[in-house]
Amino acid sequence: MALDALLGRCRAWKHKHLLGTRDLSREEILLVLSLAEELPGLKDELPLRGRRLFNFFVEPSTRTKTSFSLAARRLGADVVDFSPATSSLTKGESLKDTARTIESMGVAFTAIRHGASGAPAFLSRLVGSSVINAGDGANEHPTQALLDLLTMKERLGKLSGLRVALVGDIAHSRVARSNLWALRKLGNEVTLVGPSTLVPAHLGAPVSHDLDRALREHDVVMMLRLQLERQQAGLFPSVPEYVRFFGLTRERLASLRNGTIIMHPGPMNRGLEISAEAADSDRSVILNQVANGVWIRAAVLLLLSQVGA
Amino acid sequence: MIHLKGGKPFDVLLDGPKIRKVGTVDEKADRVVDASGLVVVPGLIDMHVHFREPGREDKETIASGAAAAVAGGFTSVAVMANSGRVCDDEVGVVFVRTRGREAGLVNVFPVGAVTKGLRGEELAELGKMAAAGAVAFSDDGMPIMNSELMRRALEYAKMFGKPVLSHCEDATLTRGAVMNEGPVAAELGLKGYPNAAEAAMAARDCYLAALTGAHLHVCHVSARETVEVVRQAKKAGVRVSAEAAPHHLMLTDECLRGYESKYKMSPPLRSAEDVRALVEGVADGTIDAIASDHAPHTAEEKEQELAACPNGVVGLETTLGVVLSVPGIPFERAIDALTAAPARILGLAGKGVLEPGADADVTLIDPRAAWTVDPSTFKSKGRCTPYDRMKLAGRAVHVFVGGKMCF
Repeated sequence: MALDALLGRCRAWKHKHLLGTRDLSREEILLVLSLAEELPGLKDELPLRGRRLFNFFVEPSTRTKTSFSLAARRLGADVVDFSPATSSLTKGESLKDTARTIESMGVAFTAIRHGASGAPAFLSRLVGSSVINAGDGANEHPTQALLDLLTMKERLGKLSGLRVALVGDIAHSRVARSNLWALRKLGNEVTLVGPSTLVPAHLGAPVSHDLDRALREHDVVMMLRLQLERQQAGLFPSVPEYVRFFGLTRERLASLRNGTIIMHPGPMNRGLEISAEAADSDRSVILNQVANGVWIRAAVLLLLSQVGA
Repeated sequence: MIHLKGGKPFDVLLDGPKIRKVGTVDEKADRVVDASGLVVVPGLIDMHVHFREPGREDKETIASGAAAAVAGGFTSVAVMANSGRVCDDEVGVVFVRTRGREAGLVNVFPVGAVTKGLRGEELAELGKMAAAGAVAFSDDGMPIMNSELMRRALEYAKMFGKPVLSHCEDATLTRGAVMNEGPVAAELGLKGYPNAAEAAMAARDCYLAALTGAHLHVCHVSARETVEVVRQAKKAGVRVSAEAAPHHLMLTDECLRGYESKYKMSPPLRSAEDVRALVEGVADGTIDAIASDHAPHTAEEKEQELAACPNGVVGLETTLGVVLSVPGIPFERAIDALTAAPARILGLAGKGVLEPGADADVTLIDPRAAWTVDPSTFKSKGRCTPYDRMKLAGRAVHVFVGGKMCF
């Protein structure tokens, strides 16, 4: 597809920042997905040449950071990486000053990963560049949800009327929230599955504590990473007990409906929330998710680059 | 002598540091202040402020806090003990009083810490502090988690006729909390502070007050369940009083949607249902007093991501306007909650009333004055307020402290 036509379609996008799927309309979500589908067909054009992406990852990340870098470079932008261990943040510089300092070196996009919910919203009020939320606390991880949607669409052929089970530590999961908001805007049914201590009753979605039943009733089963420190915090009694009730074990794999796909945002705890057999089975689309991530992020960068252009 | 003339409900004649007469004034005064169109009320008393000195003078000094108080219509403040150097001994109490006198604007009453260093481990020297002029005791900012210690504190403070002002929070339920627990926190992915953490502790304290016969005062009630706890305790004859902060009477946790630190304080903004219950509690007198919980911080401290920034907002210069703008609280009750009630709770003789012989602390209010909050004009060093650019109705026009016009 010709670049001009792609850029023309970007005009429907009005957001300077991408803070969450909560802020997006159904049409805007579909626009990101369709651009992501078409970008691989782009020949040698580099629409973001001369632009710079600042990968501001205050929390560690491998796949998301790499994915943003690849996406930016594919469109011709260059990338500045930030590593918290060697940065002046460890010398007591505030988030505000670090971001503004880097930005004064000429940055068009800031992808931020931060442990505090709302850090990207805070940053977006302070800097001139387009802020992309690459995961903030337990709030949102919008590009993850968008790549999940793209993967569902590829594998299941549709993006509405799906029944999706999000399984595990919903309370602390930004992936769960971003998926929940986006999936419901597109007309899908979402069930939150997990122990009562890790699934908030207040999110407005049906809650289930019965994974076996959920596996039989859903088209998509998305397993979330379980942080082991939740056990120390008293939110569940032991890993074996968690696995018994909420792990996607080899035995449970057999009870999946025909056609149901298994997703996981990574990084996985094999043997904990997901067994090796489930992760590597033909139902698993986990690697497709990773591959789609690059194109989703490229689509987002392209859209944001055209705001006010 | 100063004649405050033409105000509602009556004229007042000040004679030096005392009120000479209320009602019709025929005497020839040295000075006549035109109070027509204004309401004459006892000088406002804020029984819960944080002035940070000694130790954190960058946030607020006693002088800057006193200037903020008088600009907000207050003539007396009670200063909490959690300054940079905790006010947990006689020296601390004397220091606060001295600095307050030097500032020369409002009456500055020290609140002594209940426990040494606010650590919740052993009692501070309450007797020496009471003798030096502490009007009450509080570890405000920190809950006293040890029930035995709280019991002894109430018993011991009772001996000196002073109330214990309790920051009711079960800290095991609020670790890492950033805002009210509820649908908004769940949606925003922020750790919540449940109503139960406050109400459970208030219930414990009420039972301890019943056990000891001491005077318990519940600080900054924010949860509807706490209002009910206090209501029931009062019904049962427990010596308990309570206060609410203006922000809990007006704002809800919906404000947090933009993750802005000007809405972060402890206890946090609650739900609309809690706000309704609090307003009702103030209106029916279950909640005796209104106090700002004025908690100044530096701009750089508040200009951080929500989880990292400290709790607290300034309030002295907006309290009166906010309280008069909240629907559901009759004017007379609002003024009582800002004058007679705190004077009664803290045992401040001669304050909170307009009668011959009482202290000449008087505030003249224009209850209809419409104004817009502009933090850049604040006398407080703290500028972080949830009311930034908000339109309020009602403000103080003149303030007399000890017979001197200070504002």
